[in-house]
Amino acid sequence: MKKEDTTKGNRYGMVIDLDKCTGCGVCLIACASENNIPVMYDESDKTRNITWLQIYMVTNGKEFPETEVIYIPRPCMQCDNPPCVPVCPATATDKDPTSGIISQIYTRCIGCRYCMAACPYHARVFNWFDPWFPEGMDRYLSPEVSPRMRGVVEKCSFCHHRLMRAKAKANVEGRRDLKEDEYIPACVEACPTKAITFGDLNNPKHKISELIKSPHAFRLLERLNTEPKVYYISTKNWVRRMADNYLSGEFKDRS
Amino acid sequence: MEADPKEARKSTKGGWIFLLAGLIGALIVGWIIFPVLLYSEKSQPLTFSHASHGPESDAGLDCEECHFFYKDGTFSGIPKIKKCIECHEDPESPLTESPEEVKLFTEYVGPEKEIPWLIYSRQPDCVYFPHIAHVKMAEIECSVCHGDFATRKTSPPYKVNRLTGYSIDIWGRNIAGYKRNTWDNMKMDDCAECHTKKGKEDNNACFVCHK
Repeated sequence: MKKEDTTKGNRYGMVIDLDKCTGCGVCLIACASENNIPVMYDESDKTRNITWLQIYMVTNGKEFPETEVIYIPRPCMQCDNPPCVPVCPATATDKDPTSGIISQIYTRCIGCRYCMAACPYHARVFNWFDPWFPEGMDRYLSPEVSPRMRGVVEKCSFCHHRLMRAKAKANVEGRRDLKEDEYIPACVEACPTKAITFGDLNNPKHKISELIKSPHAFRLLERLNTEPKVYYISTKNWVRRMADNYLSGEFKDRS
Repeated sequence: MEADPKEARKSTKGGWIFLLAGLIGALIVGWIIFPVLLYSEKSQPLTFSHASHGPESDAGLDCEECHFFYKDGTFSGIPKIKKCIECHEDPESPLTESPEEVKLFTEYVGPEKEIPWLIYSRQPDCVYFPHIAHVKMAEIECSVCHGDFATRKTSPPYKVNRLTGYSIDIWGRNIAGYKRNTWDNMKMDDCAECHTKKGKEDNNACFVCHK
């Protein structure tokens, strides 16, 4: 397979500092309200509800007082080598050549859910029902994000409409390139502990390019070669070990 | 009794007439009657004359007076009634003798009600179109996509597809999708065609125009 050149264009990515994340869930709320995510009749049905951003709670499995708990927010990884894209029979999803964001076109999706099976991060969700919003809540819907219908797959888009908004604003000044703080997704903006950093991985001046060089930076299931653009940082050894499947004794501390 | 083979051959003669009649009938239904039935026609709430407002008219308004960009780069589109009131303020002294202006005063300016314009070029909900990227950055004239609107004296009827609910200006007036002018159709392929022609193939990626 020909290796794609990922040094061209923008490659938007995210660094989530797990040592700073408190698991408060504000990013989830911000994501849901930003992206017109509908409310289900029974939100406790976690096999059917819609979440673009999920928080996983993991512990080191030790007894008190050695117990440690961390929370892993998991948006779409926007992989450089996305497993979901080549399997789509309808070409409803592809990798944007200029931003590196994996698109999902709802009107093109046929709902076969092949991409959901292909995604090792469970980042994609299926609309089992037509969208429904409690009375009054429909007035808070964003016109910038198109609502999804029953029978299609959806996923995190790094708040792609915010990128479009930022570009339009930059065009007023005649610019085509964006500054670092002009485009950030809703979850990044909402995070109260500033655990999430967002930026262009191809731009060495962006803070994110510095952060991913940290010896404590890692990605989820790196061995699958999906090349996620979402990085995590944790100083805890057991957290980094948990991010992938290792044989006993195989994992070496990379610090 | 056996049928005379010559007789049998004779009886099938002339069958092609029925074939032709059926074919022509089907073609007429498919290419002429169906496209007419497919669209229902609505007229605009008011007849608006771009010709009598534009830069070369007595009013002498610049296009940007009504169709301007906001500071954040979004396009204002069709102006609100407040913009109309700036000139059409006093029902006692109308600017023209047109009965349409009387209608404007009585129905919209008086109660300050927005005019429910029918938008010819409204795209489906899944489409994102930044006017600023096309008008300012690419310097494309309005008429490339919208046609000769700026010089029109009347508002043409708004035709809406009974099946899809979209305006005829999206699919185009020709059912086969054939177009003579750049503004005849406003489908995805038409956007892509122009992007490719201008060497902007990257802009044909899904997440440039879809949201």
